[in-house]
Amino acid sequence: MARMRPVPYRVVERRRETRDTVTLALEPVAARIAEPSPGQFTMMYAWGVGEVPVSVSGGGAKPRVEQTVRAVGAVTRALCGARPGEMLGLRGPFGVGWGLDEVQGFDLILAAGGIGLAPLRSVVLRALADPRRYGRIVLLVGARTPADLLYPDELERWRRCGVHVEVTVDRAAAGWTGHVGLITSLIDLVDADPARAAAFVCGPEIMMRLTARALVERGVPPHRVRLSLERNMRCGVGWCGHCQLGPLLLCRDGPVVPYERAEPLMAVKEL
Amino acid sequence: MAKLMTTGLSALYDALRRAGYTVIGPTVRDGAIVLDELRSADDLPVGWGVTLAPGGYRVRRRDDQAAFGHSAGPQSWKPFLHQPRVKLWEADRVGDGFEVREERPEPPRYAFLGVRPCDLRAIEIQDRVLMGGRHTDSAYAARREGVFIVAVDCTEPGETCFCASMGTGPKSGPGYDLALTELIDDGSPRYVVEVGSEAGSAVLAEVPTEEADEDLQACARAEVAAAAEHMGREMPALGLRDLMAESLDYARWDEVASRCLSCGNCTMVCPTCFCTTVEDTTDLTGEHAERWQLWDSCFDLGFSHLHGGDVRSSPKSRYRQWLTHKLGTWHDQFGSSGCVGCGRCIVWCPVGIDLTEEVAALQAERDQRASGERGAP
Repeated sequence: MARMRPVPYRVVERRRETRDTVTLALEPVAARIAEPSPGQFTMMYAWGVGEVPVSVSGGGAKPRVEQTVRAVGAVTRALCGARPGEMLGLRGPFGVGWGLDEVQGFDLILAAGGIGLAPLRSVVLRALADPRRYGRIVLLVGARTPADLLYPDELERWRRCGVHVEVTVDRAAAGWTGHVGLITSLIDLVDADPARAAAFVCGPEIMMRLTARALVERGVPPHRVRLSLERNMRCGVGWCGHCQLGPLLLCRDGPVVPYERAEPLMAVKEL
Repeated sequence: MAKLMTTGLSALYDALRRAGYTVIGPTVRDGAIVLDELRSADDLPVGWGVTLAPGGYRVRRRDDQAAFGHSAGPQSWKPFLHQPRVKLWEADRVGDGFEVREERPEPPRYAFLGVRPCDLRAIEIQDRVLMGGRHTDSAYAARREGVFIVAVDCTEPGETCFCASMGTGPKSGPGYDLALTELIDDGSPRYVVEVGSEAGSAVLAEVPTEEADEDLQACARAEVAAAAEHMGREMPALGLRDLMAESLDYARWDEVASRCLSCGNCTMVCPTCFCTTVEDTTDLTGEHAERWQLWDSCFDLGFSHLHGGDVRSSPKSRYRQWLTHKLGTWHDQFGSSGCVGCGRCIVWCPVGIDLTEEVAALQAERDQRASGERGAP
């Protein structure tokens, strides 16, 4: 069951992003997992508590793996509480990523809601590492409040590197001078050629449905709109049956799924 | 060439034991025909049959000495290959980290004596799920690899059987080492044997046999062919996959949900249901941790849990998931139907939900909708 065995990784850095979210930088103790591509996930193990699927949010210097975790349950609370020096387990990387290599030469429209920015961070980092391979990079970010915004310093840095970043919040706070409202309201600000663009979307399901629909209406071909979907996962390798979404096993056929495939499935309640 | 076993099943049982196998087969216990280790051929349910109904199962005395005059019991062979509980690994804290160890217990060497054609196909389907993809479930593979299969064609299907319409029986398909057809004349059985592998040939060489003449072979074929005409249930042969995909918003799901108890019995007795969960534990000191894999059921509320809530919170959505997966999306995921027509889910459903009846109702609803559309001005 080598595939079910966590590989020990040490926390080398812990950055608090928001009140309930931290980014952990992990390095292998001895053996390492294969290098994840943007959009893939690992199963992160907190000693004795359990395991959850978490998208990879960046790498940096190999073999470092960075993962952003929001504390919503027992395992994610334990992971968020892990301090530098502590050991966690990783399995993976699993699943189908964004397919960034397939869209070389295209403009990139990235739309993130909440923690959904985490798997798109790895796209931005990868694209900025070799910007000539892509056209314009547009990043649309939605957060509940300004305090819930992930990676604010990095957003500034990416802006300086030429990424067109637009941020909106559901509820403003004192001092907020940016947009307020749904992320779809930002799409009109996108300065990219829809026909020559690929769009990657990650966030709550309702946000992904509305955003993907709006992007397609703007002219992005449905097969080049890709969504990162979420379901319960127990194994990551296609045996446990938990991550089914209709015909898909999301750990195997996803988590990134083309909109044309995902749209009819997301339209069915409780599928 | 087909052979006739000239002695009873004892000779076959003994040959399997001499070849080093632990022989698993049907036996009567607690008012049911269960699968367990056989201590001798006498443990087989000779002279026992079953009476089946939706939500009903009784063993009954037969008026002959058939050992395989019964159809599917409460268990399939699944627990022997895809175990209900498997320890995946254990780990101990070492310094500020931990070390993970995997035990690899020597897998038992099983001979399955009396695998019905539906269950033979079910094993093949689980092989594809657990060994046919990118990742192989090594615990399953280790148990599966050495299994010797004695299939037995079905000559007496039960009231809830529909293997003929699923194309899985009553004749044994490929995958067996030996396949028997049980013929009853004058109350006592004779066994025609076909060989499916070299291992099968080697075992059969240890059993007294003679050539089965053409009359006898024709008789065996006729018995099996007749069984196909006596299925207690029928499933539409074609279009199930499309029906499942089209019917997601049908009213019938509400109707079946009003009866379904979400107990998950159907998933436990189903020979192909493979879903599992994992359980992570530590001992009281917190220094030792283990991970166990356990059978799970898509009828459990927590099966689809996400931090925002359970995706399938209604019993309706959970029954729909089970049936549409079994008959529909299984094709997309693993290249075949997930149903073999054994009828266990009908028998062991405490309220007697019958999937063939549900499919017929979904079909009727589709027809009704189609005629409604045609009737529209």
